[in-house]
Amino acid sequence: MSLSINNQSNIVVENLNVFYNQRHALKNINITIPSNKLTAIIGPSGCGKTTFLKCFNRLIENNDNINVTGNFLVNGQNIYQPNIEITEIRKKMGLLSQRPYPLPMSIYDNITYGPKIHGEKNKEKLDHIVEFYLKEANLWEEVKDRLHSPANNLSIGQQQRLCLARGLAVEPEFILGDEPTSALDPISSKHIEQKFLELKNKYTIVLVTHSLRQAKKIADYVIFMYLGEIIEHGSVEEVLLNPKNQLTKDYVNGEIN
Amino acid sequence: MSFLKYRLRMDKNVHLIMKILTVFSIVTILAILLGLLYKAYPILKTHSLTNLLLSKDWFPQKELFGLFPFISSTFQVTGLAMFIAVPFCLLASIYLSEYASKSITRLVLPLIDILAGIPSVIFGIWGIILIVPFIRDYVAPFFGKVSSGYSILTGGIVLAVMLIPVMVNILLEVFNTVSRGYKEASLALGATKWQCIKHVLLIKSAPGIISAIALSLSRAFGETLAVLMVVGNVTKSPKSILDPAQPLPALIANNYGEMMSVDLYDSALLLASLVLFIIVLFFNIIARVILRRLEKNNH
Repeated sequence: MSLSINNQSNIVVENLNVFYNQRHALKNINITIPSNKLTAIIGPSGCGKTTFLKCFNRLIENNDNINVTGNFLVNGQNIYQPNIEITEIRKKMGLLSQRPYPLPMSIYDNITYGPKIHGEKNKEKLDHIVEFYLKEANLWEEVKDRLHSPANNLSIGQQQRLCLARGLAVEPEFILGDEPTSALDPISSKHIEQKFLELKNKYTIVLVTHSLRQAKKIADYVIFMYLGEIIEHGSVEEVLLNPKNQLTKDYVNGEIN
Repeated sequence: MSFLKYRLRMDKNVHLIMKILTVFSIVTILAILLGLLYKAYPILKTHSLTNLLLSKDWFPQKELFGLFPFISSTFQVTGLAMFIAVPFCLLASIYLSEYASKSITRLVLPLIDILAGIPSVIFGIWGIILIVPFIRDYVAPFFGKVSSGYSILTGGIVLAVMLIPVMVNILLEVFNTVSRGYKEASLALGATKWQCIKHVLLIKSAPGIISAIALSLSRAFGETLAVLMVVGNVTKSPKSILDPAQPLPALIANNYGEMMSVDLYDSALLLASLVLFIIVLFFNIIARVILRRLEKNNH
């Protein structure tokens, strides 16, 4: 089985504004997310990082009284147009959240959940998908003898790798990470970071992170946000090592939090 | 130092008071059980228990106290009410928690709470003026039957409506406790809302749904007045749900305190109470067992 590799996968955001109950949560976001690179979004708590990430797969619409304006172009198509099929957008975006949420079913069923809801019924193919993506997430060896036991019995680090495999199994083009290592122990975090380094050759990755160390270690491109705005963006060297803006400097030096 | 002693003593005292009150509430259950057993004892001494429970003949003057018609009516009315209320409440609460906007929920919930506060006598009257004629004039003729309208079906419908607020409130609470992360995980994979509900929400909240059903069931078994008003109160075993019947609570409420000249009558009614008490207890225990098993399966 080959992974869907799409070098044309690109995201361009133009004049994106988000209002939560009249509160202006994201202000005039303009950014091009580089393809097949790992982009880290950093900034203090409440700066809108997660809100921005939730715009990528339109999970933001699960909130009441939300208003999104502007263009969010995925491969040239504005995903906020009314005639867009939301499940197709989400299929393109694999999400890894802050803490793992294994679905209330077996390890096997967690992986096949995505392919199945999109219509895959062939048992052999599903078996193959399970093995392939569990290997892809470095989990196969640990769980191959208990594929049909509840996913809840795994350790939290294993659960997060399971969630990664589950997300990859729907063959996304983009991977979104919302502080995916913040609930993990150092070794599990390292596993995930290592995996991201490998995956960025095949996918475009957007990672929200609290950890400057993590951004320095695995990111190619960095976006710094503050109070709902993008203050500065560029390569790791530009933003983290030689920031131009005073706010970025203060954040990188640990003076705002 | 003395202040520390005072604080420690207070801690101990409060602890003790709370413990006593907790024990007291458990003792109450036991006291009710023992009281009923004691009062039902005379009839258990003269009649065989199987005969009392399975005989269809209820003629107190002839000292025949077959409880079967009442037990069977109890199960039929309650079963019917649950059959209507469970799917209804499940779908309504799924709608309110997953599909409806906040403003709709904010409008509907207080109305449901009002429903909860309506005295049962009003539900009874509502049943008499609306449901009884509806069953008599439309439902029974549709099935080619003659019915006064006072029937098991009427009792079941009225009871189902009374269960709505209890069940919807608990179910909403249950659905709210399912972490948003699980729904988002499922949605992020491209699932539709309904797929999320079917594969994640309902399974995650299965223990809570069982509790909601168990609580409503206890309430349904015991609900007396509204059912009594519309169910017909006939001491015959009903042949269809369009026939009148008399569930256990109605039997007790209708007859207790009357005809005490008949020996053992009082004891027979207390046996009926004991049976009702045990039925409720039994279903509560069943629910607990199911709950424990579900939680063990680690959903």
